[in-house]
Amino acid sequence: MTSTLSRPRATSRSAPPPARRRRSGWVALGFTGPLWLYVAAFYVYPLVTNVRMSFLDYSVSSFYTGLAPFVGLDNYRSVFADSHMTRTLLNTVGFTVGSLAFQFTIGLALAVFFQRHFPLAGVLRALLLVPWLLPLVVSGTAWRWILDTDNGVLNQTLLALHLTHTATPWLASTRMALIAVTLVNIWVGIPFNMVILYGGLQAIPDQLYEAASLDGATRWQQFRRITWPMLRPVTAIVLTLGLIYTIKVFDVIMVLTQGGPAGSSQTLTTWSYQLSFHDLTFGRGAAVGNLLIVVAVVFAFAYLRGLRRSR
Amino acid sequence: MRAWIRTGAGLVVTAVLLFPLYWMLNASVLPSDELISRTPTWFPVHGSLAGYRNALSTQGGHLLVSLLVASGTVVLTLLIALPAAYGMAQLHAPGRRVLMFALLVAQMIPGIVMADAFYQMADKLGLIDNPLGLILADSTLCVPFATLTLQAFLREIPAELSEAAWVDGASPLRVLRSVILPVGIYRFIGAHLSDWNSVMATGVIASLPAALLLVLAQRYVAAGITSGAVKD
Repeated sequence: MTSTLSRPRATSRSAPPPARRRRSGWVALGFTGPLWLYVAAFYVYPLVTNVRMSFLDYSVSSFYTGLAPFVGLDNYRSVFADSHMTRTLLNTVGFTVGSLAFQFTIGLALAVFFQRHFPLAGVLRALLLVPWLLPLVVSGTAWRWILDTDNGVLNQTLLALHLTHTATPWLASTRMALIAVTLVNIWVGIPFNMVILYGGLQAIPDQLYEAASLDGATRWQQFRRITWPMLRPVTAIVLTLGLIYTIKVFDVIMVLTQGGPAGSSQTLTTWSYQLSFHDLTFGRGAAVGNLLIVVAVVFAFAYLRGLRRSR
Repeated sequence: MRAWIRTGAGLVVTAVLLFPLYWMLNASVLPSDELISRTPTWFPVHGSLAGYRNALSTQGGHLLVSLLVASGTVVLTLLIALPAAYGMAQLHAPGRRVLMFALLVAQMIPGIVMADAFYQMADKLGLIDNPLGLILADSTLCVPFATLTLQAFLREIPAELSEAAWVDGASPLRVLRSVILPVGIYRFIGAHLSDWNSVMATGVIASLPAALLLVLAQRYVAAGITSGAVKD
């Protein structure tokens, strides 16, 4: 039964005769054509628009009059001269590095933990995915309630256990806001790291561990000498993807602090939003957005190169 | 015995990581005097569904809009992604490598960057404050992911089976997750921040479709993530 089923599959995989191939090329283009058009209309065109906007003095009135004078690099100059620039850049780096380091470490620890078989492992693993599949606005709001200074359960618990003496204004103080949004973002990212690293662990042959334990290797030695090196390609992919996703995080910060107080949790993403949709200086917002694109594309190339090498 | 110790540890970890969600459920049924008090109420002994009633009566319209936008986005995404994925995976469409690269890069462009340009486009087309504008904008979050995931799946299966319905189980989920949120909820959260009870109830309602789909399609989601991300 299986052999008869697999035969047509094998033939369909091999190259079709030339005449058929030419015709099927057009058919195939018919299938992918809508996607080409879609990419042109919804990615290429907006990107070009965005680049153009960053060289124009685009303001609210431009929407009515259609007039936006060309100002060259003025938008970029004013963005870089802005007193918020340094703070925002440092915030972006801190937020990204902090998120990645902890997401990855905790995700890896969980993946290794679930590598062994134990009762309910499958159920618990599935449950741990739930936070990742919820809308970020929803989980962000739940966290905002937890971190509330007076009525939040975190402060109430810390005070009841006498770990702190006064309520910490997690989201309302310039010192804590960035730490708080990073913490929430770490929580959001753990399932993603866990799933992909767990997939990577499954690909490591069991025999390696058996041989190692016969040779008397400890758990830690097995992790250092087998798991870690064998997992390196997956690690590279997880970290690069994580970086690309973290740099563009918007919802979490928007729901928790809107980048405040006083810009203390502002990142490039929220700043771009603020410049465009609060200050209504669309040209400057586009300039900051373009900086973000450059960063994303650089790492996209790194990711694709890493993928090719790991294959 | 040792295995059960692991189960115990696993239960503790899961409980800690899922606590925020429990806390949202808990807050959504607590009466307001217990909600805003000096000591936390760990279990909703005096729970009521008033928050849900309130959320449904004030948010019913927004939820309908969300549903409309979400289903529209699913349909549009599948209309574009499914044939394209089929053409790329099974028919070896010319230029598929370029397309694949474009999609990978597209996935990495921050949404906020697109928002600027989309706002301008929607303005030109007269689509501001129109669900159709949202559907078009939201679909850009889903099309690359759906195409990449679908074509990874379609490549694995024989051509005869490629219409099998379960393959697209992975993408609508992501679509719903990224889409159900934007309408209404944002505005509601801004406007009613003192009424946490209704806010949390809205949150629970907004999460339900995604959570339900997760239960139904869990296996394919996990497979889709790994094949989409790790292989290519």
